[in-house]
Amino acid sequence: MAASETHQAIETVFRIERARLLSGLARMVRDVSLAEELAQDALVVALSEWPKTGVPQNPGAWLMVAAKRRAIDGFRRDRMLARKHAEIGRDLEDERDTSVGDIEAAMDDDLGDELLGLIFTACHPVLSREARAALTLRLIGGLTTDEIARAFLLNEAAVAQRIVRAKKTIAGAGLRFEVPRGGDRMERLASVLEVVYLIFNEGYAATAGEDLIRPGLCAEAQRLGRILAGLMPDEPEVFGLLALMEIQASRLSARSAADGSFISLTEQDRARWDQLLIRRGLAALERAKALGGADGPYALQGALAACHAHARKAEDTDWKRIASLYDALRVVMPSPVVDLNRAVAHSMAFGPEAGLMLIEGIDCADALRDYAPLPAAKGDFLFRAGRLAEARVQFERAASLSRNAREKAFLLGRAEACGG
Amino acid sequence: MRVMVLVKATKDSEAGTMPSMELLTAMGKFNEQLANAGILLTGDGLKASSQGKRVAFGGPGRTVIDGPFAETRELVAGFWLWQVKDMAEAVEWVKRCPNPMLGPSEIEIRPLFEAADFASS
Repeated sequence: MAASETHQAIETVFRIERARLLSGLARMVRDVSLAEELAQDALVVALSEWPKTGVPQNPGAWLMVAAKRRAIDGFRRDRMLARKHAEIGRDLEDERDTSVGDIEAAMDDDLGDELLGLIFTACHPVLSREARAALTLRLIGGLTTDEIARAFLLNEAAVAQRIVRAKKTIAGAGLRFEVPRGGDRMERLASVLEVVYLIFNEGYAATAGEDLIRPGLCAEAQRLGRILAGLMPDEPEVFGLLALMEIQASRLSARSAADGSFISLTEQDRARWDQLLIRRGLAALERAKALGGADGPYALQGALAACHAHARKAEDTDWKRIASLYDALRVVMPSPVVDLNRAVAHSMAFGPEAGLMLIEGIDCADALRDYAPLPAAKGDFLFRAGRLAEARVQFERAASLSRNAREKAFLLGRAEACGG
Repeated sequence: MRVMVLVKATKDSEAGTMPSMELLTAMGKFNEQLANAGILLTGDGLKASSQGKRVAFGGPGRTVIDGPFAETRELVAGFWLWQVKDMAEAVEWVKRCPNPMLGPSEIEIRPLFEAADFASS
């Protein structure tokens, strides 16, 4: 093998092991930046050793041993870290002679726990949502700062700054990189799931022709969701979120036309939906239900996505079931947008009057005052109820609020169809 | 990217020899690692080609051919579908697979077409 090929192979091995390595090191030294440096040092050692010795049997354990040795050397050398040394140095000294075999066994035991601890720390509520997302992609996803910046349409310096601040906040808060077990576990889990779904949605919002790193965020989030499902096999909402993402992702290639324009759910060619992802999503949903979590916010959204996946044609959609799922969702996840979707579902299931009745209640919600889909939905209900003049006013209002040229044209067309 | 990982057949797999308990355990562990890494989409083992059939196409003609088929090395004995970042990652994961057969064997990695591949045409 040529030297460059060997290097590439080593770097790939490192990439695969990196998150595990970081989680073990972060828990040991309680400092993300230092853990990253130690991991990087271990890579440097591997790059010089492995071309001579070949890639070891368990590269993860090997890298961990190398990184731990660097940590000990570092603590010995650096008087500035005297405090930390006193705190953790002794533990490290005890591990000085640990063999790869010992570490291998320990890693298999703690494998899940340490990685989960790192995920929970990166998604800690002391950090802003944006910082959590950036740090999770950096530490668990292994994305570079530049990739994260491109994915979120931000400038690289801003992302770098965000990550540095997040690491400082974690250090300042004295987080121990552990999995929460007590009363705050559910709240902390919600924070993790929120970040994963935020990453997914950012990818889902990407349009054709954009930097591929953006739609790539969907795959990144699905991967995170699958990892979480492996690490927390008893948490129904983890499976609810996984179901939601897998089923939504099944439509990714069906939702844009050849010219890049967006195709709505009812207009999509359902033969292009990815049946494998749908099956994976439905299986995850079953798992969420079996764990008693059918009524969790993510499981309900997953169930909504599943309703569409089950319908071979748009006309076959079970709107009554969708309406009842929205009834349940607004209880566990109250929001005016959920209420609006609920009104639409009821209008499809029970007729436009049912939709109109429900939409009256949210009409004045401040959050939706300038939200084009609200008058657009109302216009649609009125149109179907035969109240054309009123429908026209709503479509025109929706068109004036829309910032998307294609959507604006569509809404004006609907206004036109109401006659004058 | 998605890749299909193909475990190639051997004389043993074609003879219908069942894998040993050790291999099944090791494969189970490997599958768990793949799942925990978030890359495993699906996968399964295939019965010997003697259980299979081929349909040959030529113009309007359709000819059914019963297995077993020759060229053992070209036959597939099992498959996975993985979602990985790149081919290098797939290669590293395949290297970690326990020997899938008793004797020498091969695993082939083939990328799937993705939406982006059609975008330019």
